[in-house]
Amino acid sequence: MKEEIIIAGFGGQGVLSMGKILAYCAIMQDMEVTWMPSYGPEMRGGTANVCVIISDRKISSPIVTRYDTAIVLNQQSLDKFEQTVKPGGLLIYDPNGVIHTPTRKDIRICRIDAIEVAARVGNPKVYNMAVMGAFLKMKPVISLDNVDKGLAKCIPARYSDLISLNRRAIDEGMDAVVEIG
Amino acid sequence: MAEKILLKGNEAIAISAIRNGIDGYFGYPITPQSEVMETLMKERPWLTTGMVVLQAESETSSINMVYGGAASGKKVMTSSSSPGISLMCEGISYLAGAELPCVIVDCQRGGPGLGTIQPSQSDYNQVVKGGGHGDYRNIVLAPASAQDMYDFVDLGFDLAFRYRNPVVILADGIVGQMMEKVELRPEKPRRSQEEVISDAPWAAVGKPSSRERNIITSLSLEADVQEKFNHKLQEKYDLIQEKEVRYETYRVEDAEYLFVAFGCSSRICEAATDLLREEGYKVGMLRPVTLFPFPAKVVSDMADKVRSMMSIELNLGQMVDDVRLAANGKCPVGFYGRQGGNIFTPDEIAEAFKKFNNFE
Repeated sequence: MKEEIIIAGFGGQGVLSMGKILAYCAIMQDMEVTWMPSYGPEMRGGTANVCVIISDRKISSPIVTRYDTAIVLNQQSLDKFEQTVKPGGLLIYDPNGVIHTPTRKDIRICRIDAIEVAARVGNPKVYNMAVMGAFLKMKPVISLDNVDKGLAKCIPARYSDLISLNRRAIDEGMDAVVEIG
Repeated sequence: MAEKILLKGNEAIAISAIRNGIDGYFGYPITPQSEVMETLMKERPWLTTGMVVLQAESETSSINMVYGGAASGKKVMTSSSSPGISLMCEGISYLAGAELPCVIVDCQRGGPGLGTIQPSQSDYNQVVKGGGHGDYRNIVLAPASAQDMYDFVDLGFDLAFRYRNPVVILADGIVGQMMEKVELRPEKPRRSQEEVISDAPWAAVGKPSSRERNIITSLSLEADVQEKFNHKLQEKYDLIQEKEVRYETYRVEDAEYLFVAFGCSSRICEAATDLLREEGYKVGMLRPVTLFPFPAKVVSDMADKVRSMMSIELNLGQMVDDVRLAANGKCPVGFYGRQGGNIFTPDEIAEAFKKFNNFE
């Protein structure tokens, strides 16, 4: 099993930390991971992206140009990464602020209104976990047991009360994701 | 089972320095290596192991603090990225001339000049061939993963003290910024002062009545003395070349074609090797882990067996000179590289391979 994922959006949406949490959950499942962020000038311009690779074998190149899954959280990222999804792959997007919706017919397309989920859970900071829930629903590559363990690794002990909140956002994200094509 | 945690390459350097009992770190921030000092400052090892962490006022200053720490027999290190390493080159030459052990991490970005903050390998010549003035060599280790970053700190100090020579960990923006699973090896405590004195009997640690003064200097004004010293250095480099070559191979057993790549490029080449193997081309890869000493004999032996070689680098052709020297005309040696912070993909390398070997 090898899953090559690009996660992209605005700085502040939790793109990089979502990648990190996903990577930690995969480690809990004893898998290999690479997490390669954009750290160049585009980051200074407001958009952020990270390529996460999860595999049950050693990972050679951390740099890929076609992805099994693209998770895109703004219009720029959707425009940039829709064409990079492998045929038969998965594209998850947040419809807020998206005017030009995805058009490809050879991939699975899912929508997650993660802002609404985060509002329902009661904390805008768990936005990215709602998105991660949507991903895990569509591609259950990591067991929820290991997701719990990964969350516990990523969230400092003094904030342990936030683990259940994040886990709730993941669950609600799993319920809220809609496959549209 | 040893604990495995998710770390950036740069974070792995910092954590490894603390866990391996390093005495001091002196540095100045620069992208893409700033996480080294950020992590050290966050971990505050001066409260636990007693390790000194100091942000100097410049790279020139940090490398001279390294000189001072090393002269007293301590395990001291610094890190920077390309333009900062240029500023350190005078100090590195002095360290080599005074035969002082230290570890320097260079997390390369694109140049020349201020260049770009994106990954590059365009400082191969600077770090491997010199950089500073004089007939000297650094021992150069080329990490390709966060685990290498972690492991090469301890290995680096081991080599630095064994040969009384600066060691450079020549990383790049990818290896520094990428997070991977890192296994934390067993901790080593910092050495006691008695252990420092026995490890480094040459160090300036205060003169007891039982011996002559230890003098740490790179100055000698008499031609014969300087020439003799340079020959002594050369003998040391020859010994390093003989004993310390490290490399890895990938699918070379029946290979008819060979990629040679170091650091992050070797990871991408491994994927390109797999791609080409799927298409029926018998390709293998050699990854030099030490750039000095360069695995010249391995390249030479491979040159007897393969039809051609290609050096794949994130620059416009630097290590390829060493590959060509080692292959010595026994097979054609090609080159493919990208520059300016652009990174080749496995497909792109496979295309370059076919073009060089006239397969299309």
